[in-house]
Amino acid sequence: MTEDSRGDGGGGAVPSGSDPIPPFPDCDETIERLYVYLDGELTEDRRAAIQRHLDLCGPCVDAFGFEAELRRVIANRCRDHVPESLVERVAAALSRERDLQGN
Amino acid sequence: MADQETFSDLAMVHMPSLYSAALRMTRNPLDAEDLVQETFLKAYRAFATFQEGTNLKAWLYRILTNTYINSYRAKRRRPEIADVEDIEDLYLYHHLPGDHPGGLGRSAEDTMLEHFTDTEVKDAIEALPENFRIAVLLADVEGFSYKEIAEITGVPIGTVMSRIHRGRRALQKALFDFGVARGLVSVPAEGS
Repeated sequence: MTEDSRGDGGGGAVPSGSDPIPPFPDCDETIERLYVYLDGELTEDRRAAIQRHLDLCGPCVDAFGFEAELRRVIANRCRDHVPESLVERVAAALSRERDLQGN
Repeated sequence: MADQETFSDLAMVHMPSLYSAALRMTRNPLDAEDLVQETFLKAYRAFATFQEGTNLKAWLYRILTNTYINSYRAKRRRPEIADVEDIEDLYLYHHLPGDHPGGLGRSAEDTMLEHFTDTEVKDAIEALPENFRIAVLLADVEGFSYKEIAEITGVPIGTVMSRIHRGRRALQKALFDFGVARGLVSVPAEGS
């Protein structure tokens, strides 16, 4: 199986840009667009259509809220303290490089 | 044309996020430090080719990613999640305890997302297969757009989207497994 093939017969989140945009997408369609929506990568028309669904659908809002929260948690948990020694090391390396180029 | 004199002023502010990314990529602090230093040196030497006004952070990430792939990737092998095909979408959402879908106001506390430790989240990301790991890191931790990730990793946007999507599924499964291992989640008996 290649990396781009879908194992589930087409239910993946990768949308085809030429699909018609339903004015009122159903839950399946909305959930399918969830990640692309949260990634801010939907076209304006498509984003507005998903928003119309979300305005009326508690369960989908719930799923979207959960995924957005999960992403915040993941991003917040992945920060590391930079060792002062690394900052100094890089500054020294850049300074050496500058001297080498200057001569 | 960018002036080397301004390099440090512009680039050093990105060191914390580059270092975190380097840690997730190499999964080793010593390698991560070497990778960051090498990235800064290469960037400094090539700074004249950087187009001012374009995204410096994305440019630095491209150097970091390429350097990692060319020099570090094969050094350490660790078991990786082998197969994500069987993992359903929104895995955590469907499997974590909490209000059933439709219950409004389900927050991180309700769903125990907040109970995951830094180490658990980092380990879950580091266990992802490399291509997925880098894509998820760039998208979900650093917030790069699909187009930027395509440029950083040198693959088409469709491939980027596929990697992010599959990586997220695998990441959710890994987090769920940590939750089970720590007793945060009880697995309901099959068929109940």
